[in-house]
Amino acid sequence: MDVALLSRLQFAWTVSLHILFPTMTIGLAVLIATWEGLWLKTRDPRYLQLAKFWIKPFAITFGSGVVTGIVLSYEFGTNFSEFSHIVGPVLGPLMTYEVMTAFFLEAGFLGVMLFGWQRVGEKLHFFATVVVAIGTVLSAFWILAANSWMQTPAGYAFEGGQYVPVDWFKVIFNPSFPIRLVHMLLATFLTANFLVAGISAWFLLKGYDREFAKRGLSLSLWFILILAPLQAFVGDEHGLEVKEHQPVKLAAMEGIWDKVEHSPALRLFAIPDEKTETNHLEVKIPYLASIILTHSLHGEVQGLKSVPAQDRPPLLPVFFAFRVMVGLGVLMVLVAFFANWQRRGARLYENKWLLKLLVLMTPAGLIATVAGWWVVEIGRQPWLVYGLVRTEQVVSKLPAERVAISFALFVVTYLALLTAFLHFYRKLVRKGPPDMAKLESQVIGMKAPGYALNWVRELKKEGF
Amino acid sequence: MELFYFLLLGFAILMYVVLDGFDLGLGILYPALPEQHDRDMMMRSVSHVWDGNETWLVFGGVILMGAFPAAYATLLPTLYLPICLMLISLIFRGIAFEYRFKATSSRQWWDLAFGLGSSVAAFCQGLMLGSLVQSGGEQLLTPFSILTAFAVMAGYALLGATYLVVKTSGALQDKAKRLVKPLLALVIIAMVAVSLWNFLAVPSVHTRWMSNIGWLWPIPFITAVIAFALFKSLKHSEVAPFYCAVALFVMGFIGLVVGLFPYLVPGRLSLFDAAAPRQSLTFLLPGVLIFVPIILAYTLWGYRIFRGKVHDFEEGY
Repeated sequence: MDVALLSRLQFAWTVSLHILFPTMTIGLAVLIATWEGLWLKTRDPRYLQLAKFWIKPFAITFGSGVVTGIVLSYEFGTNFSEFSHIVGPVLGPLMTYEVMTAFFLEAGFLGVMLFGWQRVGEKLHFFATVVVAIGTVLSAFWILAANSWMQTPAGYAFEGGQYVPVDWFKVIFNPSFPIRLVHMLLATFLTANFLVAGISAWFLLKGYDREFAKRGLSLSLWFILILAPLQAFVGDEHGLEVKEHQPVKLAAMEGIWDKVEHSPALRLFAIPDEKTETNHLEVKIPYLASIILTHSLHGEVQGLKSVPAQDRPPLLPVFFAFRVMVGLGVLMVLVAFFANWQRRGARLYENKWLLKLLVLMTPAGLIATVAGWWVVEIGRQPWLVYGLVRTEQVVSKLPAERVAISFALFVVTYLALLTAFLHFYRKLVRKGPPDMAKLESQVIGMKAPGYALNWVRELKKEGF
Repeated sequence: MELFYFLLLGFAILMYVVLDGFDLGLGILYPALPEQHDRDMMMRSVSHVWDGNETWLVFGGVILMGAFPAAYATLLPTLYLPICLMLISLIFRGIAFEYRFKATSSRQWWDLAFGLGSSVAAFCQGLMLGSLVQSGGEQLLTPFSILTAFAVMAGYALLGATYLVVKTSGALQDKAKRLVKPLLALVIIAMVAVSLWNFLAVPSVHTRWMSNIGWLWPIPFITAVIAFALFKSLKHSEVAPFYCAVALFVMGFIGLVVGLFPYLVPGRLSLFDAAAPRQSLTFLLPGVLIFVPIILAYTLWGYRIFRGKVHDFEEGY
């Protein structure tokens, strides 16, 4: 087997599974901080119940994110050593800042957030939760700055065989960074809210604590109502940015072979064929791509044929992943409007079909995010740094069987990790929310002497 | 400035080795402490700090990439298999923290994941160190590198046992105390063996020590004093043995660096050859100067909040 291909597959595999975890934790951290803040403000114990329930799935997700993330920080060097050598001066400092301002922050305060309920006061605990949430958002900031630089490099020079930074502001705030960051953060918030909505809906269907489920569902649906249309708008803006800086990627997303000088149509479905350079089974909507991509009826779009075949990305995964992402996005907007419309007359909590739909939509955000990530990362090929560094040039010169062994090990390890994660996630969800009566006595008892002891005895009985 | 980043890299590695050392050490000690209740305590004593400790590993990695990209690009492919194996072991032991307490029927598997994962990760780290010192990473499995691998495991186990003395009481503390002495003996033997071997077999290390012995002699001397202090302090103090074990690690580390300086990849790449361009180093500088002290401050604060003994009813979320 080819080392370059093996290394790329290994990276694709590890990054695709890793991204699932931070996508959930960034959004959930912000939600948990919000609920805890609302609890402190209103003293409504339902908010505390929400925070306390979700902190458990959050914890296992976070742990999985940490261990899979460490792998990525070393894979740049092990499998793409030439890459880390020639762009290390630019990307290394960005990632160092990520570790210093985000990873340490999250790890430092996570202990207090998870285990500090009896060790610190409630305000300090809230502070720790907020810091963890900020840490997760900051990590998104830096890693997207690094990733965006690879998509739309700026502020650099090429000296002595290395890319060196010239203007740090331009390196960080490269052309595609702001929109990409917003798009990704919205994706994580949507993911977390669909998770909460879906599991709350499941609680309602299964007859768990109704008030808890209603509160969770109601809040998440309000968020989704704001976030889903906003994401559609931001995604559209992002499309314009891609058209400007990475036209070939856009052509792959849209399945456009020839340059269309006048009013490109939107392909709802097609099977692109790289050999004949055409599409089969096309379903097109006239003018629509023109409106979306150029915001005019008579726009112009570059085609794939404008560059030689070896400069085009693998077409099928980009084309279909893009359709999965956009399709789910549209579905999210529709669900958001329909569900919130059902609030009238409190049908929201009674409509079994809607609840079942929401349960089905639980992983929607995750699937859309991974699909979007594929569009971004596969769509950028054959470049690792767009227009500057080709992927196959920077792969480590390793014996193929060594990479094959590691790849096999990573496949087995990550499958085990994912199985365990799903198993325990399911277990935590089925256990249901913490008992309200107990929670209220705890809140009151927090200042009473001997409180901590009783509380932890209760916990022990529960098996924590 | 290159020197500053060299010191920073050294500091990151040392922080990692000491901090993750004690929680990896607990996993290495697992076979010696088979009781479920003891293992519960061991896990709880570090469950709030382990991922902070591992973050130093990531920090070391990104500093190496940002400040010494040439060394990063040379070392990592050379050490490909032990790095991959270490990462995979760290995955298994890391998720064991999350799942062990939530498991009912699968608990023994999580025990295995934690124990074996910690041991293999430590072994791989020692193997890399040994191979690096001896041959710049060229030869992986040599008698010397296997010796350093076991030396690192013994050192981590000593850190873990002394940490356990600090964090526990009663029967478990007694068991941990009983483990300290044999582990200390093992560590001293390993340190002497690795140092002598290194001294005799690597000519550059030999010359470095022999020509500077006038001011380098305190390093082995202080190390010996610390080892003796650790032994003595066992009777009357709970925390002193841990600090002594940490100091042993610091001395061992200094001893190694003295022999290698200024090489990052021994015999091949010095810190000056491998350094990143000025612009990268200056961009990082203010961040390091501001954030590293802050990180140390809140890390310390975290340890203070969870100071005291681990009790069986605490630390659930």
